[in-house]
Amino acid sequence: MMLVVLAIAVWLLGWWINSRLASGPYADSRMVRTLAPLIFGLTIIGVWELLVRGLEVPLVILPAPSVIAVRFANSLPILWADFFQTIIKGALSGYVIGCGAAFLMAIAVDRWDFLRLGLLPVGNFVAALPIVGTAPILVMWFGFDWHSKAAVVVVMVFFPMLVNTVAGLREATAMQRDLMETYAATYWQSFLKLRLPAAMPFIFNGLKISTTLALIGAIVAEFFGSPTLGMGFRISTSVGQLSLDMVWAEIVVAALAGTTFYGLVAMIEKAVTFWHPSQRG
Amino acid sequence: MKQVIAVLTVLAAIVAFWYVACVPMNIKGVLTEQERAGAEVQPPSAKDRRDMGEIGLALNNSFAIPATWEQKRPRLPAPHQVAVELWETTIGKKITSKRSLIYHGWVTLSATMLGFVIGTGLGILLAVGIVHSRVMDLSVMPWAIVSQTIPIIALAPMIIVVLYSVGIQGIIPKAIISAYLSFFPVVVGMVKGLRSPDAMQLDLLRTYSASRSQGFWKLRLPASMPYLFTSLKIGVAASLVGAIVGELPTGAVAGLGARLLAGSYYGQTVQIWSALFAAALLAACLVGLLGLLERVVLRRMGIAQ
Repeated sequence: MMLVVLAIAVWLLGWWINSRLASGPYADSRMVRTLAPLIFGLTIIGVWELLVRGLEVPLVILPAPSVIAVRFANSLPILWADFFQTIIKGALSGYVIGCGAAFLMAIAVDRWDFLRLGLLPVGNFVAALPIVGTAPILVMWFGFDWHSKAAVVVVMVFFPMLVNTVAGLREATAMQRDLMETYAATYWQSFLKLRLPAAMPFIFNGLKISTTLALIGAIVAEFFGSPTLGMGFRISTSVGQLSLDMVWAEIVVAALAGTTFYGLVAMIEKAVTFWHPSQRG
Repeated sequence: MKQVIAVLTVLAAIVAFWYVACVPMNIKGVLTEQERAGAEVQPPSAKDRRDMGEIGLALNNSFAIPATWEQKRPRLPAPHQVAVELWETTIGKKITSKRSLIYHGWVTLSATMLGFVIGTGLGILLAVGIVHSRVMDLSVMPWAIVSQTIPIIALAPMIIVVLYSVGIQGIIPKAIISAYLSFFPVVVGMVKGLRSPDAMQLDLLRTYSASRSQGFWKLRLPASMPYLFTSLKIGVAASLVGAIVGELPTGAVAGLGARLLAGSYYGQTVQIWSALFAAALLAACLVGLLGLLERVVLRRMGIAQ
């Protein structure tokens, strides 16, 4: 009971600090903007820990954060092997192939108006479909190892990337195109010097959406069959054994991988599209 | 008109490619079957055939090509096989039958809709909180944005099993997965929408001495509608994926996800493909309905062009 009261106290304390920060004079400073979410996150973890211990929630329902942390630290080799199998081999190779193929396709679509008229509505339609459903088929075709996961990722990232890139390549205005024309620029010159740079914000938008999709595809595809290794495999078998601390450790890995992957793409975007209004200021 | 022709051409090209792709995909299985049935196959030994390329095999045994579109358990079923299966399992069966896709689709759809309604409802509430409270904006909003970069669907198997262990099963666990998948896109989109009125418009309301709640109902909420519909369309697609994935880990017996899983266990490829197309149709209908609603609402509000 003490612990539950303590949990409420921790919650109130965290909230009080944050409301002081938010109404204080430095509310818009960078420090407060990073500090406040951190405090909130720590408060949640503290309350979680205290409530699980105070109410004696069984491990099979919700393990305490400390239990998850211990499990994480103790099974680093397994987690690393799963990470390598699912993220590096499955998701990353599929991401590169899928985004690359979509980029090339987008150039073709942009070049021939007929393709744009015909393929773009189809692409838009397919981008909204539950494509993870193709996982069982692709696992059947490419076997249980990472190739099938990469294939699922390729299919998942292809259409969002295609739609975004095509939209980006049409971003340059008629005035700018005309200017290139007056310089007697060839198609490829105007492509490389005008339309590709102008498309970069859109391309990176597609790349950022695709990072999450790639992880989802690689993990869910493992639910349909995998070697005895991989994050999706570990999650589904650990759930079966009711060792939920392992499941949570994998989820921590997935979260870290997802944010890092996204952050890396966002960093590259910052370097490439430094001229865009959204990156200045 | 030109667009319709272009779309139809692309679709025809896809179907044609599909039929062609069936030949190399299925030729090995077909040749084995034909040999058992007593046909003359080139080359005759199974070992040689295994080492040969699929296209070479198809060229050597061109008599077997039509059979690649008629196999019972092909690696890649031909379009008409999927269409026939779809027709038989929707129109041809009673909807109470365990083999009817409408029955399975309904199981998935009901979980999707329940989860979608819960998720969007909570999402809109949180967005309203974030816009009106500086503390929530500072502490919750960054996490809502970060959550978009995390494959939270990985939580799905755990939610199913944990809820099962406390005695909750059936539609609720799937709906919870659907709800949290649609929750975060709606929060992020709705916050953007509620913040979309510019300073000029907010100042105008201030000169009218409008209260905060009047400002919310008369300016912020109407202004957020286009953003709301955009994120609703993303949310409903995510909800459907959540409901389908939620059917995988427990070996559910009903639902489109269960059809996919059963099909992949027993090698019933035609069944997988028809379940996949049913899921695609369902997603298209849901997104299309929301798009229609968006058009009607925005036109009534005078926002749409």
